[in-house]
Amino acid sequence: MRNTNEMEMIFDSVSVNEGFVRVSVAAFLTQLNPTVEEVADVKTAVSEAVTNAIIHGYEGEVHKVIVRCRLEQEMFYVEIEDSGKGMADVQKAMEPLYTTKPELERSGMGFSFMEAFMDAVQVESTLGEGTLVKMCKHIGKEREIWTTQSL
Amino acid sequence: MNYEVQENCLTIYLPKELDHHNAERIRQKADLLIEKHHIKHIIFDFRDTGFMDSSGIGVIMGRYKIVCLLGGEVWAVHTNERMKKILTMSGVTKLVQIYEEERV
Repeated sequence: MRNTNEMEMIFDSVSVNEGFVRVSVAAFLTQLNPTVEEVADVKTAVSEAVTNAIIHGYEGEVHKVIVRCRLEQEMFYVEIEDSGKGMADVQKAMEPLYTTKPELERSGMGFSFMEAFMDAVQVESTLGEGTLVKMCKHIGKEREIWTTQSL
Repeated sequence: MNYEVQENCLTIYLPKELDHHNAERIRQKADLLIEKHHIKHIIFDFRDTGFMDSSGIGVIMGRYKIVCLLGGEVWAVHTNERMKKILTMSGVTKLVQIYEEERV
């Protein structure tokens, strides 16, 4: 298929990588000529998922997090995968304000932000095996179409 | 990151990117100052901030919980459109007031 492009990053689950990952994903996304708003949306969503992998998936231990991005025409797909402890109840975890770590001042807004800023969010998780978050967003749909008006 | 204490009011100048990585440091430093100077009111200054995720919301909510017990208030100043959107979406604007400067 034409107009597709992929990239994959594997990095340590340390918090200093959060900024690096979202900026890299944003840079990859620029090929689709996104609006400033769209870039900000994707950065926030990716940051939430990566933070979840680091805090909840690995609970502070250092292992690998994988981020895969794919562009297909005007669609942007991103997957964030960890091999951490996984979740027993994905539905519950995705409820707004629900958090298993209130002592760390987690607001419980992570999945809500992902859902608000992306078109679709899908979560696959197995207890003891890890979590995979898949998100996609149509880039360019908010862009205004310029038409020249003939006089 | 910079902090400013004026009587019982603490101003926190937030970093460029307010994520989980930075949130940890802000939390520690702010709580130290809140205790030391008997802080009642907190101002989060977003003048340099262009990125925030739910970790930032956590920091703001956490500090609100501390000062609200003392009858204090929390304000957000110099917020750009993006920051306003994130603050509003999270519902934290029910606890924290966004200060809008007067436009001439």
